[in-house]
Amino acid sequence: MPNRNDIFETINMIRQECLDIRTITMGISLFDCQCDDEKRLCSRIYDKIMYHAKDLVQTGNDIEKEYGIPIINKRVSVTPAALMCGGISRDGALNIARTLDRAAGELGINFIGGYSALVQKGFTNGSHTLISAIPEALATTQRLCSSVNVASTKAGINMDAVALMGKVIRETADLTRENSAIGCAKLVVFANVPEDNPFMAGAFHGIGEPETVINVGVSGPGVVASAIRRAGSSCNLTEIAETIKRTAFKITRVGQLVARLASDRLNVPFGIVDLSLAPTPAIGDSVAYILESIGLEKCGCPGTTAALAMLNDAVKKGGVMASSHVGGLSGAFIPVSEDAGMIEAAGCGALSLEKLEAMTAVCSVGLDMIAIPGDTPEAVISGIIADEIAIGVVNTKTTAVRLIPAGKAGDMISFGGLLGEAPVIPVSRYSPEVMINRGGRIPAPLQSLKN
Amino acid sequence: MKAVISVTGCDAVGIIAKVSNVCAEYGVNIIDISQTVLQEYFSMIMLVEIGGISIGFAGFVDRMSELGRENHLEIHTMHEDIFNAMHRI
Repeated sequence: MPNRNDIFETINMIRQECLDIRTITMGISLFDCQCDDEKRLCSRIYDKIMYHAKDLVQTGNDIEKEYGIPIINKRVSVTPAALMCGGISRDGALNIARTLDRAAGELGINFIGGYSALVQKGFTNGSHTLISAIPEALATTQRLCSSVNVASTKAGINMDAVALMGKVIRETADLTRENSAIGCAKLVVFANVPEDNPFMAGAFHGIGEPETVINVGVSGPGVVASAIRRAGSSCNLTEIAETIKRTAFKITRVGQLVARLASDRLNVPFGIVDLSLAPTPAIGDSVAYILESIGLEKCGCPGTTAALAMLNDAVKKGGVMASSHVGGLSGAFIPVSEDAGMIEAAGCGALSLEKLEAMTAVCSVGLDMIAIPGDTPEAVISGIIADEIAIGVVNTKTTAVRLIPAGKAGDMISFGGLLGEAPVIPVSRYSPEVMINRGGRIPAPLQSLKN
Repeated sequence: MKAVISVTGCDAVGIIAKVSNVCAEYGVNIIDISQTVLQEYFSMIMLVEIGGISIGFAGFVDRMSELGRENHLEIHTMHEDIFNAMHRI
């Protein structure tokens, strides 16, 4: 029989400390749906998704029940839709969006990702068509998520795309203004985007992936924070890092188990486990609280970047041994609106946009779910994107930007559900308009002479 | 296939009998029991074989949770593999 203390530890993690599997995401390739007739293209896409993912939700629910571990989201990611848009019109791209959304609704999944384009080096006709359709697509669908990769360490930064995405975010915010600019919560701009990410809004099924695949994202900030509190105030940071590693190992082992079960039952190959600490707005399920339990008065104060760097590294070290394949975004997430501690810290002024930007240099993803004033000009949005993307490109890591222009500085904007709520953070009054309007590409950075 | 049933709550007469009865009713065989009472707090862990279960395992999980609610106890029924995965390398 398993050890008594181990059994109660597991039950306590799940019941009291919000341990859960954040998502089982099925990746589905749409390459063989390609067709020059828009109607047939959409019906093929719909049929293929419905065929492969028909049992996804039920399987997730069954595993949740039998193993007693909550599985919060079941999702689908598909081949970047821009690759399907080469020979079709903007209306055709919008029909693809509605088809994906309809399939997601009928499957009962909460999000479908892959309304995406990869333009780090330049635009194809398909990516132009898709990006021009993003604002309307996000405004007229419920479950669709979109992402655009504008840079990579090997290609540099496509500044035309950065400028365009400032405009697209602005338009998306305007079209969904009545609803807290919710469209922008489903749109991410990436550098070095991973092709096997199970998390939304950035998930898509990369071009090197198999026909179908199961990727799993784990969570558990509450478990890590509790473990640090239990370790006590007298232990040093080496011991704290060890505690985080041990906890991350246990969390990830559950993710690996669920991924293997889902893969077997759905007869779909197992892809990766994403070693993530993904917060939710629920009290106790916060990455900011972990940082505060390490010893920060408030998340965002001096020392935050160092604490986050240690946390992110320890999560990876602990998790990597627990899973046979690791991938996706893997690290601590710091989405402001989805994290009770970040919301508090941003609300009281401890956490600024500039500090968040510094934090993204050492942790997973980037400027995520941050509300900025609704009247922020396009060029300023593009400037914020460019800065964040440069951090990713130079440091050979994934970074991303998910900004929500809504309300006025100091307002609280609510998105509902797991997307949470965020105080509107002020941005600089000075404009990078001339630089952004220059366009072109920032060349790929040198990978030697590191200083 | 094995599952772990954990029962915690205020001590009372007949807790083990009630849990065991439900196991017997659905053809669930008890392999091991570990039980203690600390002051008035009852805590039990039961390892059971679910190979011969007469309803779906999910149905049995629900029945056990219901039994817990009826008797003011916390009863969790989980597949053994989750504990092995988390605590054994």
